[in-house]
Amino acid sequence: MQLKKLFLIALKDLRLIFRDPSALVMMLLAPFLLTIGMGALTGRFSGGTGSGVRDIPVEIVNEDNGMLGEVLIEVFQSPELGELVSPTLHNELAEAKSLVDTNKSAAVVYIPQGFTESITMMAWDPSIDEVLQIEFYTNPTMPTSVGVLRSILDQFINQVEIGRVSATVIVSQLVENGLILPDQAAALGAQIGQQMAILVDNPSSIKLKTNLAEGEGISFDILAYMAPGMAMMFLMFTVTYGAISLLVENRAGTLPRMLVSPTQPAYVLGGKFTGIFFSANAQLGILIGGTSLMFGLQWGDGLGVALLILAASFGATGWGMLFAAVLKTPGQIGIYGSAVMLIFGLLGGSFFDLRMLPDWIQVINKITPNAWANNGFYILSLGGKLKDIQSNLIALAIMGAALFLVGTFLISKRGLVRK
Amino acid sequence: MPSILEVQNLVKKYGDMTAVNGISFSVQEGEIFSLLGPNGAGKTTTISILSTLFTPTAGDAYVCGHSVTKEAMAVKHAIGVVPQEIALYEDLTALENLNFWGKMYGLSGSELSSRIDEVLEQIGLKDRAKQRIKTYSGGMKRRVNIGVGLLHKPRLLFMDEPTVGIDPQSRRAILDSVKELNRSGMTILYTTHYMEEAQELSDRVGIIDHGELIALGTQKELTAQVGEMDTLILHLGENEDPIHLAEMLSSLPGVLQANPTDHEVAVVTPSAEELLAPIVSRTNDLGIKIYSVDMREPNLEAVFLHLTGRALRE
Repeated sequence: MQLKKLFLIALKDLRLIFRDPSALVMMLLAPFLLTIGMGALTGRFSGGTGSGVRDIPVEIVNEDNGMLGEVLIEVFQSPELGELVSPTLHNELAEAKSLVDTNKSAAVVYIPQGFTESITMMAWDPSIDEVLQIEFYTNPTMPTSVGVLRSILDQFINQVEIGRVSATVIVSQLVENGLILPDQAAALGAQIGQQMAILVDNPSSIKLKTNLAEGEGISFDILAYMAPGMAMMFLMFTVTYGAISLLVENRAGTLPRMLVSPTQPAYVLGGKFTGIFFSANAQLGILIGGTSLMFGLQWGDGLGVALLILAASFGATGWGMLFAAVLKTPGQIGIYGSAVMLIFGLLGGSFFDLRMLPDWIQVINKITPNAWANNGFYILSLGGKLKDIQSNLIALAIMGAALFLVGTFLISKRGLVRK
Repeated sequence: MPSILEVQNLVKKYGDMTAVNGISFSVQEGEIFSLLGPNGAGKTTTISILSTLFTPTAGDAYVCGHSVTKEAMAVKHAIGVVPQEIALYEDLTALENLNFWGKMYGLSGSELSSRIDEVLEQIGLKDRAKQRIKTYSGGMKRRVNIGVGLLHKPRLLFMDEPTVGIDPQSRRAILDSVKELNRSGMTILYTTHYMEEAQELSDRVGIIDHGELIALGTQKELTAQVGEMDTLILHLGENEDPIHLAEMLSSLPGVLQANPTDHEVAVVTPSAEELLAPIVSRTNDLGIKIYSVDMREPNLEAVFLHLTGRALRE
């Protein structure tokens, strides 16, 4: 019976928020318009590639004397990426970097000498103590283009890593089972590594344009990066609105009225925050459904998206709970809530690719639901599956639960009704 | 008659401020009991404690034998509350509000539907039930506010200043409905700062001031406390100074009290007729213009004035 009242309160709040025109503007219209605006700025709606970004200038300096360096160049020069990127090969790193520094290019991809060898031979050659890394020198004024290039590189590196680990495991097993001699391991490992690298030489394996198990194609879309960013930023508005509603109800007398009805205070509080959670889910659901229908945006794995919506809403609701517990007036929540919405939006990557920012920002932004959710949606839009966003889901769930407990403790300490 | 509400030495403090200071009284089943006092006297705090919203600093109260501090849920089932503010959702219709609050009181299905119909009939808003509360006048909102408190047919109804801020017509309708509810068997604890309402409705009245119950009894018992005193109300012009006049009149023979309020001075005297001429003479001397004079026989206002030296509206 009490649980029924919890849902009664939550559904009442959901109904109220959808009857408030100003709330709807901030919840739905604003993120839609901003997404459209940012999409227009990037040329998303002017035809051409699916990403709306085309002919991204990228400088490649290949000093590697092995196969993987060549493969990476072929990836960038592949017909599949022909409209998207415009690679130029250089012999001098300084020359390539100067193009980025003078804003003529989005990034430099520098493949160091011995890159292939460091990967294929590291497990067998004691003289190689670390895998050499590709250097990615980026232009901070072209965040979207850099994001696209980085995703190409990420996919390439993932494929190479799979090949390296596979080769190590296979050769180790062969040695353990006595099928080859230990001194044959190095040669065989290198051979398998090369074979794996050849697999990478198939541009279709790069996830910018890959295939789902069902055979449905997924294209990288710049809106797939922007839409979740905007949705998450305005999700913080929704939870702020929910937190305000607790104090507004206190002032209006409806909260005290609920508390003098035969309802346990814990269920009243639970109902209020379930209401915020429902509203947050509805907002994300509508924005995701809307952008899919209006812009043909592919959000990726359905189950993953659904669970990420739930987790993101839960994490954000926790923040709403904390606002209601700590702040004293609706005005305070409105001011601080808006500030937090913008800061979380910035830190959480709603406006640009966070990997361009210093490492410490990528550490502190883990307190924001935006960072975890944006990253999760990004992974899914690139073809990732549920297992790929497990850490995002867990982090958001822990965030929501921890903030809920802290908020409940603080509210119960000072009383639900404020005189 | 058995006691449906027993209040025992109730105290509520907020830091150094004492909002309710050792109040004790009882309400008999079937009666209308009014708590009469000026704003800030402690009426709403008392109701809030009795309805389990606030925990008292000391003392306890029993509703139908259940302690408000130890058996809150049992108390909540027995009471209905009509708060002073319009505690409704403005963006929901009257029907949706009643539906929500009915469910909060555990009503459902056909029982809920029929109770909503009855209440809408009772408050006279059946025709406008599907309109949002924000489109209603103040009086209509007040009526829905009362309706919510009646949905589950409580044995004891707390009404906290239900006529604040409404037009005379709506006020009349609410007072009539309170009497009707009482006739149907509902016990009512009514708080007000309007002496006329307490006088019209109540079987017994408790007068509360600064958190203390300063008088308790039937109206007859209370007015007997001030004896045969009359009260003259002198209505002054807007530019006149009632405080100055009250000071000047206090020294007249036969004046027991002279209390200034907004544009008025209330003079308590054993003989209003004999005092009228000296008062007019004194005000003429002072150059103060009196627009009209009311003579009132002993009433609850006079009782309050007698007990506190202040008018109820101060």
